[in-house]
Amino acid sequence: MSKRALGVAAFASLAFATAACGGSDPAAPSAAPTAGASGSASAPAAAGGTLVIWADPNRVKALKPFADQFGTENGVTVEVKEISKDNQTVFLTASQQGSGPDVMVGAHDWIGNLVQNGAIDPVNLTEEQKSAFSPIAMKAVTFDGQVYGAPYAVENIALIRNTDLAPDAPASIEEMVKTGKKLKDDGKVEEILCLPVAQKGDAFHAYPIFASGGGALFGTTASGDPDPKKVLLGSEGSVKAFGKFKELGEKGDGALKTSITNENYITSFAGKKCAYLISGPWAMTDVKKGGFGYDITPVPSFEDGEPATPFVGVQSFFVASKGKSKTLAQEFVTNYVTNKDVAKALYEADPRPPALAETLEEVKAADPDAGKFMDAGKDGMPMPAIPEMAAIWEPFGIAEAAVVKGGDPAKAAAAAQKAIDGALKN
Amino acid sequence: MAPDVPGAAERAPRPRRNITTAFVVSRIAVLAVAAAILLYAVPPLVAAESWLGLGVLGAATALIGYLYLTPRLVPAKYLVPGTVFLIAFQVVPVVYTVTTAFTNFGDGHRGSKQDAVVAIETGSVRQAPGSPEYALTAALRDGELVFLLVDPDTKQAGLGTAEGLEPLAGARVGVTGKVLSAPGLTVLKAPEAAARAKEISALSVPTPGGAIKANGLSRAVEGRAALVYDAACDCVRGEGGPWTADESQGYFVNAAGDHLAQGWQVGVGLDNFARVLTNPTISGYFAGVFGWNVVFALASVAGTFALGMSVALALHHPRMRGTKIYRIAIVLPYAMPAFAMLMVWRDMFNRDFGLINQLFGLDVDWLGEPLTARLAVILVNLWLGFPYMFLVTTGALQAIPRELTEAASIDGATPWKGFRKVTLPLLLVALTPLLISSFAFNFNNFNAIALTTDGGPFPAENPQVGATDLLITYTFRLAFGAGGAQFGFAAAVSVFIFAIVAIISATAFRRTRKQEEVYA
Repeated sequence: MSKRALGVAAFASLAFATAACGGSDPAAPSAAPTAGASGSASAPAAAGGTLVIWADPNRVKALKPFADQFGTENGVTVEVKEISKDNQTVFLTASQQGSGPDVMVGAHDWIGNLVQNGAIDPVNLTEEQKSAFSPIAMKAVTFDGQVYGAPYAVENIALIRNTDLAPDAPASIEEMVKTGKKLKDDGKVEEILCLPVAQKGDAFHAYPIFASGGGALFGTTASGDPDPKKVLLGSEGSVKAFGKFKELGEKGDGALKTSITNENYITSFAGKKCAYLISGPWAMTDVKKGGFGYDITPVPSFEDGEPATPFVGVQSFFVASKGKSKTLAQEFVTNYVTNKDVAKALYEADPRPPALAETLEEVKAADPDAGKFMDAGKDGMPMPAIPEMAAIWEPFGIAEAAVVKGGDPAKAAAAAQKAIDGALKN
Repeated sequence: MAPDVPGAAERAPRPRRNITTAFVVSRIAVLAVAAAILLYAVPPLVAAESWLGLGVLGAATALIGYLYLTPRLVPAKYLVPGTVFLIAFQVVPVVYTVTTAFTNFGDGHRGSKQDAVVAIETGSVRQAPGSPEYALTAALRDGELVFLLVDPDTKQAGLGTAEGLEPLAGARVGVTGKVLSAPGLTVLKAPEAAARAKEISALSVPTPGGAIKANGLSRAVEGRAALVYDAACDCVRGEGGPWTADESQGYFVNAAGDHLAQGWQVGVGLDNFARVLTNPTISGYFAGVFGWNVVFALASVAGTFALGMSVALALHHPRMRGTKIYRIAIVLPYAMPAFAMLMVWRDMFNRDFGLINQLFGLDVDWLGEPLTARLAVILVNLWLGFPYMFLVTTGALQAIPRELTEAASIDGATPWKGFRKVTLPLLLVALTPLLISSFAFNFNNFNAIALTTDGGPFPAENPQVGATDLLITYTFRLAFGAGGAQFGFAAAVSVFIFAIVAIISATAFRRTRKQEEVYA
């Protein structure tokens, strides 16, 4: 008996052990099989090669039919692989090892980091193709004067309102808070506003209010891009904006609360616990389940404030630099996914407003929400794609949460500025 | 086995070892697997020209083959698998981590210098101003790949080769604006062109202003690289340059002190370690974070052990009924994925929507105040960890003879005294190593913090150190939060944390040995 057990153990351990021995050279094993595969693929002339696309779970299903069609037309095999977590990191690591995809689907604000890691190539769109996209989408995928992705969906947050409870769109944040308070006092709702703050803040959702309060993240370079050398989180305007958060916060109006989080803010609105929700197109599936009338309007600004510009995120297709079938990838990204049928199908799989102006018009007719979101974001700010943006999120969020809990705005802003400058070595 | 025994005993010259079927089969299986892995791994290693990997693989397979074929060297047959495991899962990762700590590996410095140069050049290619977007058809001229290019404005067809662009006579241009056929040339259909994708992307047609390259399979553009690497000066010439390679930072830098975005991995010596020691945000808060870290780990171990042991003792009582059901119920938290449970707990601690406040009618901002947040994470960790302690204590209790406690009670000891003087010391002899390893685990219990408070709450004046931050969550934020991923720096930090845990554990083990000498 014991010998048999030993045999089994030895069997298992050797299987691992030998594999691990081969693995002592870090780069070799993972890179090698793909290299071998592409070498053999060119031998039979019939099979033109393989195009590998990585996308998040929502997109995979929509892409599959088009990928297959592209494959049939060009006599190639197209694989669409689902990546569900940490997509950017997984893509970077796999690319580095030579086992990455040829085409990657992701958000435009990855571009800076992907470029500094040499992971994506510029995408050459014709003037005609460029003009077919909404201007903000093109602006978002342009980095350092080069277009790095083919945009397909634009998303931004807006104010979603329960029209049964609040029939009129508020003209200002003050008016919204006033109506919300009244509803709360009347016992019709439990919260004034459903905007996620959580214990660590949420810069993405807070940005329109921050901008309206006079805050800014970066200065701008001569070419109009965000300037990582000029962080403005500690500036006078930003302190003022954080002051507004304090007024709206737990020790003030009570409109902003750390107990409202990303996990509960949409469900609370859908459950009629609040009349106002600040969220994006991804909330609509739940909102519709709520079974009440709703409307989508731009996030209002303060009465005497700046415009409440939301961040705009643009979902894009990227051509991987280290892909094995770059020509096919370019063909797919520049000439295939920029067509409106693909944009329509992607919209149907996951209703986020299409980046192609023509498709958007078509979609608007059947689904006015898409157009309303797009209108809410038309003056928005493309999320900064510079890699330095990574240093902003957390300190910004913590400063926001601190002032919402009643902390001192000047201190919080200065601390965030210091932390960011330290990280960016400014 | 049993029926064989009498027969074997009757035979006079008993063989030195029993050769059973299982023995032969397992030996053949081991050798077969070793050979299979060799065959599987060799081609890719050869393709990647990884001669070192190939050498290691060959040597390992040869050693294993020899070892399991020879009748001698019996101890080695047992030791080798363990040793190989040790090397694969302990030594290699540690060596890799330590070597990474001496590099600047991270975002912007992931690849080699060559990769960076390629990325810089490709990224700087811009379409030549005013140049047409050619409609591209790939074709063959005597087996050589050529481009048939049509200017969409003039409808003029041209022939692009590695020598240059020349007019193409007699081409038939279709409605799509692409060349359909041309004399002396074989036009490639889409699948044929796709099969030659590599050649197509490699072909570059030189023009006075730059070069025409394929952009996909149906279009070609004339582009010019704004930045070009020059090996003679080890620099990148072009816009804003020259950018000279700086091997100490792994960047191309110019006279103004700016650098190109794409860098490469270089050795930085002890810089990462120096940064850990000199960085004011690390050294300034180290003592506070370390103190809480120790409290958290100790409280987690002590709490889970106390609770787990109490429950185990209660269920161990001879008059206890239904112990199986209780045991199953108690082990449940241990069987559920900690990842999901931690997030459920986080939501239960929510002030306005959480179950805990609703259940007890409280209005406590559990995760928003330093003290309550610390209490909350310890409570959550207690809930997650006590079933493990319950399991190991139950196991250890079975090994303690009941006669000992009975003898103690006959001698007049109260149950408490019997526990204090007999059961607990005997339990500790068996369990102290587990308690120490549990301490080491909780000292670095990243998930318990990252998934509940994520280090918070943070004071307004300091967004870098939260009240529940452990060393590991705190340094993770420094290494991966702000400046993208900085693996080199993170590796240096983990070397330090490793040293701290190793020192604490070694001290504790030494004390245990003394304790064992007393009770054993």
